[in-house]
Amino acid sequence: MYRFWQRALRDISANKFLNGITAVTIALSVLIVSAFGLMALNLHSLMEKWRHGIRVLVYLEPDVSSKERKTLEDRIRRIEGVSGVIFISKEAGLAGMKERMRILDTLLADLDQNPLPDTFEVSLDAAALETNRVEGIVSTIQGMASVEEVTYGKVWLDRFTGLVHLFRFGGAAMGGLFTVAAMFIVANTIRLVLYSRQQEIEIMRLIGASDRFITAPFYIQGLFQGFLGGVVGLAALYGLFEIASRRIGGYLPVGFGDIRYFSLPTVFSILGCAMLVGWIGCYLSLKGFLKR
Amino acid sequence: MIPGEKERPIIRMYRVHKRFGSKAALTDISLEINENEFVLISGASGAGKTTLLKLIYRGESASEGQVLVDGMNLLRIPRNRIPELRRKLGIIFQDYKLIPDKTAFENVALVLEAAGHPRRFIGKKVKSVLRGVGMEEKADAFPPSLSGGEQQRVAVARAMVGDPKVILADEPTGSLDPDSAGVIFSLLEQYHRKGATLLVATHDRDLIRNAGGRVIHLEQGRLITGR
Repeated sequence: MYRFWQRALRDISANKFLNGITAVTIALSVLIVSAFGLMALNLHSLMEKWRHGIRVLVYLEPDVSSKERKTLEDRIRRIEGVSGVIFISKEAGLAGMKERMRILDTLLADLDQNPLPDTFEVSLDAAALETNRVEGIVSTIQGMASVEEVTYGKVWLDRFTGLVHLFRFGGAAMGGLFTVAAMFIVANTIRLVLYSRQQEIEIMRLIGASDRFITAPFYIQGLFQGFLGGVVGLAALYGLFEIASRRIGGYLPVGFGDIRYFSLPTVFSILGCAMLVGWIGCYLSLKGFLKR
Repeated sequence: MIPGEKERPIIRMYRVHKRFGSKAALTDISLEINENEFVLISGASGAGKTTLLKLIYRGESASEGQVLVDGMNLLRIPRNRIPELRRKLGIIFQDYKLIPDKTAFENVALVLEAAGHPRRFIGKKVKSVLRGVGMEEKADAFPPSLSGGEQQRVAVARAMVGDPKVILADEPTGSLDPDSAGVIFSLLEQYHRKGATLLVATHDRDLIRNAGGRVIHLEQGRLITGR
């Protein structure tokens, strides 16, 4: 094994430029693919948090008596999956809006009358959210007397889900493309090294060297290129992530947590994949060469 | 060979033909070479000497007929057993075939590395073989800095280091001055006297006249005479 490493390192040092170009290509592939992956991961976890924080807002018809309101509240509480109901009077709703949207302060102050309806804020338990029973609950409430309208963040949730899917699909497509490109570049680098060592390989064969003995250093070289590319790509992504998280982090609503980098097992998996790309590139190159 | 001991063929060819496209390189060759035998293959350039040696180390496959080397049927052995065959042979070429960016020591050591021997053993063995061919002092020299005779001595050391049963030499003195050629030939004879089979392809008439082995003569790919 020591000899294989020695020969691999000698080839790497003799072909620094070629090996550098290959490692940079793998690094770019890892960077692009992992960037998509990281975005999809964070959007997904953001979406999950959002999904779990969903509140159903039940707007009441105007002039609902307090008795009717109480009856309605009891009926909503009895629905399976409902974990809590809070009444927000239209006055409290307006005050809350003024608090949240200070930018509209003057506009809201000029209102002759309160345009907001009385509202129930209905929270759902985790099981209802997990099993997608939200729509069933919403339509049940919608059918109750004194209810004007029921809303929840479905439209936004759907759009967000679409965005996450887009990132996943885009990531997979770009990833596939770049991975194939990286493999071919590794294959070509190894092929060039093979041509430069053609005479040596021929002599090795004549003295009884097995294919394994001849090819092992090239595989080490491919794995090394993959490893180096993986480390550089992930390090670059981490740098960009740090800059981005500092800028974006402040804009995230409280309770949505922080954006995060890949876990250690994921980092190792990505490195493993980059090394596999190097290995496959090497295999593609050697397969044809040794048959000759 | 111990008197009374039965001669055992180590190389056998039976009705061997080799064609390159429509051109016949060897036609209907049948021969047997025994263990510890010294055989010279003579013939003009293009007579088929190199092709005959290539068939023995499976550098080429016979188009027809059977080739057996130390019990291995070369027509049937799979590609992955060719290294095993070649480790039984030591091959010497007219153009030395040394790796230019490896030292004399490294070129010789490569045979033992490929066979998977431990480093300590390789160090001792290579030194001893280089001493045997008079190249111990130049073990760290790279082939381009050596003379033709010295390079061929390194190539002879490389052929012998694995203690092969058979040495195949294709015009080993073809590029050398008479003195260097004499040194190379005496090294090959010494190795042969230790019990190895020696097969030398040459068109050097002096060598053929003076050497003591059996002579196989090839003419246009056909076996003509034997001494």
